[in-house]
Amino acid sequence: MNFKKIDDKDVQFLISVLGEDRVFVGEAINEDFSHDELASVKVMPEALVEVKSTEEVSKIMKYAHENNIPVTPRGQGTGLVGGSVALHGGIMLNLSKMNNILELDEENLTLTVEPGVLLMEISKYVEAKDLFYPPDPGEKSATIAGNINTNAGGMRAVKYGVTRDYVRGLELVLPTGEVIEVGGKVVKNSSGYSLKDLVVGSEGTLAVVTKAILKLIPRPVKTISLLVPFNSLEEAIETVPKVIKSKSAPVAIEYMVRDTILSAEEFLGKPFPDKSADAYLLLSFDGNTKEEIEKAYEKVCELCLEAGALDVYISETQERHEAIWSARGAFLEAIKASTTEMDECDVVVPRNKIAEFVKYSNDLQKQFDIRIKSFGHAGDGNLHIYVLKDALDEATWEKKLSDVFDCMYSKARELRGQVSGEHGIGIAKKPYLKESFTEEQHQIMRGIKAAFDPKGILNPGKVVIN
Amino acid sequence: MEIVVCIKQVPGTTEVKVDEKGNLIRDGIDSKMNPYDLYAVETALKIKEEKGAKVNVITMGPPQSEAVLREAFMMGADDAYLLTDRKFAGADVLATSYALYQGVLKTGKPQLIICGKQTTDGDTAQVGPEMAEYLGIPHVANVKKIHEVKENSIVVEMDMPTTMEIVEVQFPCLVTVEKGIFQPRLPSYKRKKQTVNKEIVKFSLKDFEDQDEKQYGSSGSPTQVERIFPPDVNTDKEMWEGSGEELGDKLFKKLADLKFV
Repeated sequence: MNFKKIDDKDVQFLISVLGEDRVFVGEAINEDFSHDELASVKVMPEALVEVKSTEEVSKIMKYAHENNIPVTPRGQGTGLVGGSVALHGGIMLNLSKMNNILELDEENLTLTVEPGVLLMEISKYVEAKDLFYPPDPGEKSATIAGNINTNAGGMRAVKYGVTRDYVRGLELVLPTGEVIEVGGKVVKNSSGYSLKDLVVGSEGTLAVVTKAILKLIPRPVKTISLLVPFNSLEEAIETVPKVIKSKSAPVAIEYMVRDTILSAEEFLGKPFPDKSADAYLLLSFDGNTKEEIEKAYEKVCELCLEAGALDVYISETQERHEAIWSARGAFLEAIKASTTEMDECDVVVPRNKIAEFVKYSNDLQKQFDIRIKSFGHAGDGNLHIYVLKDALDEATWEKKLSDVFDCMYSKARELRGQVSGEHGIGIAKKPYLKESFTEEQHQIMRGIKAAFDPKGILNPGKVVIN
Repeated sequence: MEIVVCIKQVPGTTEVKVDEKGNLIRDGIDSKMNPYDLYAVETALKIKEEKGAKVNVITMGPPQSEAVLREAFMMGADDAYLLTDRKFAGADVLATSYALYQGVLKTGKPQLIICGKQTTDGDTAQVGPEMAEYLGIPHVANVKKIHEVKENSIVVEMDMPTTMEIVEVQFPCLVTVEKGIFQPRLPSYKRKKQTVNKEIVKFSLKDFEDQDEKQYGSSGSPTQVERIFPPDVNTDKEMWEGSGEELGDKLFKKLADLKFV
């Protein structure tokens, strides 16, 4: 791809739109903007700009389109697959300062936000009004547009679904600079191709999200969590399909092993309420009365005990939830702190195949003599498996990582899973997406990309296999 | 060894409301075990695991406070006592301490009484120490760590605002424990099933040794809540040096300036 390099004239244009203090060039750009949480790919953008309005985004896109300059949209940079790295240099659009909550429409139960609003700000804002935005990815400091662009899921997906299910409408700046609105405050919509749903999960390759209308629901009054100890991870995970089959509608089903819990304890400096068993399932239920929830969870308690659980611990109050879920929230960071570098596999498999997949990836540790840690969303089949570099030298690490990943992704294919459950494809997972789709599917993807972005200037090098 | 843990049911929310008489409004809101009491129960269970002990829990309140005793069963408590009587209603810290003191006497001969440092609704931190005074036993408040449980005494670490003291106290004694002394265990579903029909011993005024109504409830309460507000926090300090006479004069002048004298 032959993109134009940024020169003085281009910088002057950006300054004319944004003013000097929101345009950064060369050494004035913080190193953080060269990468996201996937540390292995680092490229500096040629210019970094902080945008504050749709109009500004539109002007910059129009200019970039006319001048064939690549543009990479970016939120908080918490992605895990290199999706917001300016692979071809050019302009990086930092949207994290467009961070206003614009409107709470209580008659339509929608919340309209700018792209840079943080996930944690949304939950705090709506929950204070007894409303609920269910998607709950672990990284609470991610921006909403980042979540939209990866179609992030999170722990509550088991009951409530993923980000896509809560996006009603979007305002988009197309790569040509045109501004369009897709979807809206409507509940139903059968009006042509759903462009909104195409853009959700497109990882910033089709259009820049400058506004989002989110769907809210009434906030469930009560939540309880069950922490269920098992003698082995297999036993724990084999229980999951039974829980799903019981029709008890848990909000979340997570699994964890003692090792991970101990890492989190050390990382947080806070003790976990129980660490006597080797493996745990963590389930949560919500509802409007204690009785309603009790009815749902007692069935699950019995089922778990029958399946070999050592006990079932019940958490009903804020203090108790806090002790459990703060550890769950710290797993990723805790594992990260325990090694030098790591890469993750975020495959999603049918829920009744989870046990098989977890066992398979555990066994890879021995086969390749490398540490592999996992925890995750047992209830929705989305695994987060981390391969740790530890003291390996660069060449050995790359070789082993690639071998381990090849095994995992082909196993996932064999089980009819998909490459990514919620982190996206970005740069890092392209080889596996290539394998996973047929040529016809890739061709349709390329066609969609070209229809939105004929010159291929928006976030080039991501997702689509050329 | 016998241990009694005093627990209390408190509102499940942080927004505590009071009626015109200053009493907590409990109707229609969720309730839970006072968070500090979770640490008290856990402390007792830890001692039980290490040294062997019988752990009894006691609470005073309306019949529905049975829920916190059931929760204590689910954590591992052995026996539970509920002090419930309309005549106990409207008790301030003094009347509460008195009723609990009478109740504890009925549970047996505990060597150790453990309370949470304070409740999250009243926040006075007085009931534990006042009970100890009625019982005529020593007490240590704000216990942050248990160093050792001996045959006839316990060695604990007391957390004071600027100092930390390690003290050994002879049994029988009372301690109030700080948040974080141990991580409270979660209630067990298996225990729930085992204890669902377990009897909770109920005591009312007529069961007590002292049946003088004037000691209990609102009639035994010399204090009344006028209003509830967060106090101003002031940790300003001045350090003075000098002879006794100089310091005396200085202190008098300071108090006079502040219009305290």
